[in-house]
Amino acid sequence: MNCKEVFQEISNYLDGNMDEDLKRTLKVHLKCCHHCQVLFDTTRKTIELYCDGKLYELPDDVRNRLHTALRQKCQTQSH
Amino acid sequence: MDMGTFFGQSASLLLPAALRSNTQTVTINPAQAGLARDESLLVTEAKAGNYAAFEELVSRYEKKIYRLGLNLTGNPEDAEDLLQETFLKAFQHLSAFREDSRFYTWIVRIAINEGLMKLRKRRSSKEVPVDEPTNEDGEVIPREFADWRPNPEQELQRVEMETILRNAAKALPATFRTVFFLRDVEGLSTEETAEMLNLSVGAVKARLFRARLRLREELSKTFKRG
Repeated sequence: MNCKEVFQEISNYLDGNMDEDLKRTLKVHLKCCHHCQVLFDTTRKTIELYCDGKLYELPDDVRNRLHTALRQKCQTQSH
Repeated sequence: MDMGTFFGQSASLLLPAALRSNTQTVTINPAQAGLARDESLLVTEAKAGNYAAFEELVSRYEKKIYRLGLNLTGNPEDAEDLLQETFLKAFQHLSAFREDSRFYTWIVRIAINEGLMKLRKRRSSKEVPVDEPTNEDGEVIPREFADWRPNPEQELQRVEMETILRNAAKALPATFRTVFFLRDVEGLSTEETAEMLNLSVGAVKARLFRARLRLREELSKTFKRG
């Protein structure tokens, strides 16, 4: 397996979506290829950063405006 | 519910399998089944005109829809508009919700439609590409092989990190980042994502692959060592 093939499969590997033989071959390649290991680690890190639960909190003022607007508009429409 | 949970599941369930294997044992929250039942009851009550029940549904998903809006539109003002428009539309069309999908899936679909419409309007002012550029040859090639600084998230303030991530996402066509956020952040399956966006399963996989790699390239500009 060469670097280009590893690259094409990196997303499937992250999803665990590949057969066992291919997975083993890819793991062997990652162990001995620094570039591909970096590619894998940083792609995985990219996903982890976006999944960080501390980011993108809903600010209180945005939440309050949402509930005020909904209450006004929904009650007007239901009358 | 915080962002790390999805219908009561362990946060580790949201991650791709290769990430999960490095985190914790997958566990199902015992309240999960109960939550789904409660939700169906809330929907029934909301349909019958009980506004408090509707408000409870809003409270359950407002954080997720806001986050989706931020990621889709790239700015807090549009995300707030999207949040309000999504739930207002949900209220207006609640009687049309047939309950053959989860309420969350239904409102995400509304949010995505609203968000893509917003972006199409903005496209006329050339700010953000909605779809893949037509001249792209289909090949994604990694250019950045430098390793990242360890734990960049611990070096930066939350607001700085959010800005970096939002700007990186803005560099992607909207359809790519929508696939990325539904699959990798919201934890929807490939099939659910395909159905929601009217794409084939193959198209979702291809876009996810390209979105992950392109986001990685964007973030490498900021996080690479030295």
